[in-house]
Amino acid sequence: MTVTAIRLAGVGKRFGGPRSPLVLDGIDLDVAEGEFVCLLGASGCGKSTLLNLVAGLEAPTTGSIEVPGDGAAVMFQESALMPWLTARRNVELALRLRGVPRPGRRGEAERLLELVNLADAAEQRPHELSGGMRQRVALARALAQDRTVLLMDEPFAALDAITRDLLHEELERVWRETGRTILFVTHNVHEAVRLAQRIVLLSSRPGRVAGEWRTDAPGLDAQSVAREITERLRKEIASNAA
Amino acid sequence: MPPELVRDVLAEERRIAEERRIAAGEAAESLAPRPSTASGELRALEAGLDRLQTAPAEREPWWRRAARGILPPIILLVVLLAVWQAYTVIAQPRPDLYPGPLDVLASVGSAWDTGRLQLAVGTSLERGIVGFLIAAAIGTPIGLLLAESRPLQRAFGPFVSGLQVLPSVAWVPAAIIWFGLSDATVYFVILMGAVPSIVNGLVAGVRQVPPQLRRVGRVLGANRAELAALVVLPAALPGYLAGLKQGWAFSWRSLMAAEIIATGGSIGFGLGALLDQGRQLADLSAVFVAILAILFIGILVELAVFAPLERALLRRRGLLPAGGAR
Ligand SMILES: Nc1ncnc2c1ncn2[C@@H]1O[C@H](COP(=O)(O)OP(=O)(O)O)[C@@H](O)[C@H]1O
Ligand SMILES: [Mg+2]
Repeated sequence: MTVTAIRLAGVGKRFGGPRSPLVLDGIDLDVAEGEFVCLLGASGCGKSTLLNLVAGLEAPTTGSIEVPGDGAAVMFQESALMPWLTARRNVELALRLRGVPRPGRRGEAERLLELVNLADAAEQRPHELSGGMRQRVALARALAQDRTVLLMDEPFAALDAITRDLLHEELERVWRETGRTILFVTHNVHEAVRLAQRIVLLSSRPGRVAGEWRTDAPGLDAQSVAREITERLRKEIASNAA
Repeated sequence: MPPELVRDVLAEERRIAEERRIAAGEAAESLAPRPSTASGELRALEAGLDRLQTAPAEREPWWRRAARGILPPIILLVVLLAVWQAYTVIAQPRPDLYPGPLDVLASVGSAWDTGRLQLAVGTSLERGIVGFLIAAAIGTPIGLLLAESRPLQRAFGPFVSGLQVLPSVAWVPAAIIWFGLSDATVYFVILMGAVPSIVNGLVAGVRQVPPQLRRVGRVLGANRAELAALVVLPAALPGYLAGLKQGWAFSWRSLMAAEIIATGGSIGFGLGALLDQGRQLADLSAVFVAILAILFIGILVELAVFAPLERALLRRRGLLPAGGAR
């Protein structure tokens, strides 16, 4: 009954020729429409690579990737805002590139900034904003793309814990209000358990799906799930020592 | 080992997130809002945090900034002039070899009265500006072309850099043979001096654009033209401006070189000619007048045109410390 938004089948990726190391190997992953999936794995295991493949920034070496026809919105670890544009104009840029005619842009940008509680900072430039505010502008910009799928690559990793926790709450609220399909990359087990409905663990070298956990079942003991995932992740990492 | 996957459970279980939120807390998260945070409370928290994490930028009034920038060089100038004058008064050197500030001032007066100074400044400044604008008009498209095409950049890059090292005076003899003693000669020399700087500045500016910004542009759906116009060019602006600034300096220098060497013909009376005239008359005060005029105009254009542009550009991007001190 659920509609699949993203479907990866047998996706493999190497950078360079057939002798270069395999970064991703045989990834099968379906994400349902409206689902919030966290992709978890150690640093360097290929999470960003996988996300870039889904975003269409790179082509897979093997396998196939299906995303909605309009593509996906992406949010990166660094906010990657245009430093010469105000917060509002950054959002307007996304609207413009989406083809929204000029008269509607300003109001829409202000509405999106209001959604991430940044209406007052609309006329400020990125360097005048805190890290958390910049990421919220980036979120508003990603929402401005108006795509059903939102890809997020460790968007909160560089933030302090208090800010990050607020942004978790903010993101969850936005997700609930907008019904986006979210594929969220992180190396932080707590973050994954906190946010996701489903967690997909990637192994390292090559990146393969090493486990999946549902984290939205009723009565689920989050702490024990987190412990279980952490243990599994550590085993994965330790296996690379040999 | 992975627990069984439940494929079709969806939205209605989202409220369970609340339990999770308590259980999964990291150490620092004990400070975080309670799970039941109402939307209004979240907003207040967020606004408070935003306040705490941003310092309101305090901007100095413009006159204080100007005073801080202009005062030190003026004080230094006054001191230097005083030392020079004291030396002339105390040591009494030959005035035809070592004119004092007052002699030079008198020379400025006479050059002004005869109108030669205004004529020379007017001629040179006009040619310098026109030549610079032509150089920018030629250098910008070339720079864009080289910046966007790797093979072209590899092929032409060394030549452009080489031209930048070659003093453009070296072109004067060839230019005189090709164009005679005409404005064309002067403009040719200016172009050979300024275009490479502008091209290099633009190429360097584009190369320094963070790859992340291009990726964002692509993710946002920009095509090639939109990517260039809305992302790459604005991001490359500081490098481009630096190239233009250097291009102006090279224009002005090349112009003076050309004017000193190539005089007469249909080449008008510029600062270079004024300088050369002083040399022929062995009038050192007049020579100093010309040198000071050349220097003064160079500094003026830098201070009045490029410095404010650069400051505005960098301040918008947060690349200047607040207050605009440089
Ligand atoms: N453009 C690239 N060219 C070559 N190797 C790359 C490239 N991008 C990533 N890699 C390699 O792929 C592996 C996975 O990288 P990445 O996807 O960034 O990991 P993660 O995001 O999980 O930390 C790393 O070993 C990295 O060196
Ligand atoms: Mg990464």
